[in-house]
Amino acid sequence: MTNVPAFAQAQGSQTQAAQVPIGNADIRKPVVEASQGYWRSVWGRLKRDKVTMTVTVILALIVLMAIFAPYVTVYDPYAGGIMRRLKPIGTPGHWLGTDETGRDMWSRLAYGARLSLLTGILPVAVALGVGGLLGVIAGYAGGIVNTLIMRTMDVFYAFPSILLAIAICGMLGSGMTNAILALSIVFIPPMVRISESVTTQVRTLDFVDAARASGTTTSQIIRHHILNNVMGTIIVYATSLISISIVLSAGLSFLGLGAKPPQAEWGLMLTSLRQAIYVQPLVAALPGFMIFITSMCFNLMSDGFRGAMDIKLNK
Amino acid sequence: MAQAAQTPIVDVRDLKVEFRRREQSVAAVNGVTFSLMPGEVLTILGESGSGKSVTLKALMGLVPDYAHVSGTALVAGKDVVGMSKDELRKIRGPVVSMIFQEPMTALDPVFTIGDQIAEIIRTHEGLSHRAAMKRALELLEMVSIPSAARRLKNYPHEMSGGMRQRAMIAMALACRPSVLLADEPTTALDVTVQIQILLLLRQIQKEMGMAVVFVTHDVGVAAEISDQVAVMYAGRLVETGTVYEVLSERSHPYTEGLLSSTVHGGMKGQPLDMIRGQPPNLAALPPGCSFAPRCNQAAESCHRVDAPSVTLGPGRLVRCIRAQPLLAAE
Amino acid sequence: MSTPAPYKVYMPPVPEEIRGGKAQPLLIVDKLRKYFPVRGGVLNRVTAMVKAVDDVTFEVQKGEVLGIVGESGCGKSTTARLVMQLIKPDAGTLVYDGDPVGAFRGISVSALRRKVQMVFQESFASLNPRLSISDSISYAPKMHGTPRAEADERTERLLRDVGLNPAQFARRYPHELSGGQRQRVNIARALALEPKLLILDESVSALDKSVEAQVLNLLVELKQKRDLTYMFISHDLNVVEFISDRVLVMYLGKVVETGPVDEIYRNPRHPYTKALLRSKPSFDPAHRTTEMPLTGDPPSPLNPPSGCRFRTRCAFAESVCAAKVPELAATPDSPPQHEVSCHMFVAGSGHSRAISGGLS
Repeated sequence: MTNVPAFAQAQGSQTQAAQVPIGNADIRKPVVEASQGYWRSVWGRLKRDKVTMTVTVILALIVLMAIFAPYVTVYDPYAGGIMRRLKPIGTPGHWLGTDETGRDMWSRLAYGARLSLLTGILPVAVALGVGGLLGVIAGYAGGIVNTLIMRTMDVFYAFPSILLAIAICGMLGSGMTNAILALSIVFIPPMVRISESVTTQVRTLDFVDAARASGTTTSQIIRHHILNNVMGTIIVYATSLISISIVLSAGLSFLGLGAKPPQAEWGLMLTSLRQAIYVQPLVAALPGFMIFITSMCFNLMSDGFRGAMDIKLNK
Repeated sequence: MAQAAQTPIVDVRDLKVEFRRREQSVAAVNGVTFSLMPGEVLTILGESGSGKSVTLKALMGLVPDYAHVSGTALVAGKDVVGMSKDELRKIRGPVVSMIFQEPMTALDPVFTIGDQIAEIIRTHEGLSHRAAMKRALELLEMVSIPSAARRLKNYPHEMSGGMRQRAMIAMALACRPSVLLADEPTTALDVTVQIQILLLLRQIQKEMGMAVVFVTHDVGVAAEISDQVAVMYAGRLVETGTVYEVLSERSHPYTEGLLSSTVHGGMKGQPLDMIRGQPPNLAALPPGCSFAPRCNQAAESCHRVDAPSVTLGPGRLVRCIRAQPLLAAE
Repeated sequence: MSTPAPYKVYMPPVPEEIRGGKAQPLLIVDKLRKYFPVRGGVLNRVTAMVKAVDDVTFEVQKGEVLGIVGESGCGKSTTARLVMQLIKPDAGTLVYDGDPVGAFRGISVSALRRKVQMVFQESFASLNPRLSISDSISYAPKMHGTPRAEADERTERLLRDVGLNPAQFARRYPHELSGGQRQRVNIARALALEPKLLILDESVSALDKSVEAQVLNLLVELKQKRDLTYMFISHDLNVVEFISDRVLVMYLGKVVETGPVDEIYRNPRHPYTKALLRSKPSFDPAHRTTEMPLTGDPPSPLNPPSGCRFRTRCAFAESVCAAKVPELAATPDSPPQHEVSCHMFVAGSGHSRAISGGLS
């Protein structure tokens, strides 16, 4: 071999060097970024996502508007007046106009956000708790428990969600509480299904086996290893349901199954303004516009969260 | 020189593939140059993230749209870089074709093996279905699939891993390509099946006089199949030469490290010579030679200045400052 | 066996270090069996059995590395999970250091799981992505009541032992690490309960070669430092040869050959072992493999061949091979630790090559 002495020498030194630092993995100079932690890295990614940030700000404004409705409005949302019926948008004093009984639209939209958001979010929250739990149980236990829970959910799945909600409402009678209850029942099956499928996935990962192999009990595994990894996905899915829930609850009110007049609620407002559509089409469309904006914002926000929370996607 | 007699079937000059996403741009392949004569087997040897698979895909125009490809890559005299989708479709099959690591994802699950092979032959050569099926049968026999006639009617999921890989090879060979690209085709297989596939590829390659670019991370596989070897690290070829030259001379410290850290017989009882540290992150490559942070022969300058590419002989390149004295010695 | 007899009830408890004695195998696995039912049809009835592990018997001596090698579907990973009791065996007994597992007067499954730990192949899947590195490592000790301060200190020491700087890595999350670093964390996590036996199930197979060498060196070093015993499972014949003292060759749920590593690699007896070793790619381009050691793929463990399971691919198969299951036994002309299950090495088995004591 025509190998050069310099090279052979270098090879010799390599053998020596290899004996000293066994398993020296971190030879790269300490990287500046110390670990950021999961949630902080999610936040970092969210910050860069302009769409998600915008819709989140819009939603925050809507929520603030609902909470501080008495402070951001001048008129009583229930006080009407024959003389100021159906004023157009831009009327001095009533910048969003008035409805068919002369109530200030801005006041009614702001107050209406309270009920609309409540009927949008509450059913999803209930479904998240009940459905999420059932799903985790079904997914982790498997076998007969899984079959029982999942087949029961399939029965509910057989009906389209709006039909099911109307049917339940019809059974329970109309009214706000019943509408919320009906929607909760509607959202439980999809919640169970998602949470079951995520749990089943996580359950088969090796780290669960590793935890079992070091003597961790089932309840500890569920609390520390399963829930931790399942929660993110379930919550993101739940936020996407909120958008549907808002539309559905507005729909129920529109049909007279939810909020009752003279309550301020976007869906109900849409019904009562229906007759005014030829007189003041823009005013009549306002509640629908709010429903559309809120629902779409929830949807986009949920999409953004899903992207930001999926580590593998961003790896 | 030998090049005068024949023109290379694959001639890649300064090939770069950059993945541009949002604010960052990652050069997965960063200036790769090599050429391959008809009937030769070139193995690109490298670890994960070295850019070996991307190089291969670039030769077939299979890189995603957000990838920016520059340089030239002549395959059978035509430059693949910048070729339109239509032109690419025309060369895929009769000129260049590819086999993958996981045949299950490369084969269509809803068609039988026979239909899939026949379909390719019909598109490119306009044969009748019957004639194409006859060719498909010959192909399955060529890749030594037992009871080939019956296998023609099988769906991919009805075959074992080794048989699927053979079926995929048959499919790739359907239009008698002059260049076959193989992306780790034996990595997912069991060792007793791997050797069968390697022997099969070698035999078919000889019979058809086909050039093969073979990508692997396994030195043993490279030794079994290659005529030429190119060692790739962080998007660049750090050492090229014949299989004998690269495996026995090992002029680049990375090649040396890779070979001595690959466990094989007779290494028992002593610590393995190993390369320190982790393979580099392509998004944050160190300045200078990208291997310098892991190199135990790195000079101070290696951390600042990129290593030059030193020619030691025809087709024999080493990208290392240490390679220069070697040239002087020869 | 040198186990203290169970009736000596008045003896003070034996300190753990000398429990069972030096010569007592750390683990005895006897006739371990696991069949997975395959359900199908309208009524979801059991239509077939995957005989994943079928009467597997072996011992792991204290301080040795037992390599288990075989192709996909040979049951090596199932064996590991059975030993860990992650899957319930259908039959068979485990004896840990003289104590039968899960039996009266024996060792409980949960106690066994503290003595035996496992490192999996997928470095990412085996770490909880929501726990930081240090939380992952200290999880099990904390769960078992180790005080926080002590557990944290142990975690830091473990990280150092596996070659990761705690200041740099302890607070990181799995996705922020490279494959090799994650596998080091997995090793540290497995060592956190201070086990005696570490099962390494394809633990280096997914790593790049340069990183694989680092982790192998680390494993060798840890074994000496901590007086560990390994069960090293891999499909990579070279790696198994490098690290093992003894080797177990499996094929379709059965042990076909076992013995000291040099015996197996220099002097293989079973036709399957021979073919397996000849299938290794040669590292010398001047001496390439020229003929196929075996043809075809390994058959599916779903309803495997009768008798000797290798007979369908074996060049020496005769009628006796289909009729009778060969026993794992020592051959007349090899050291007693070297056992083969092949009719060719059993005198009077009825195989035409058996009389002469087998082939070369």
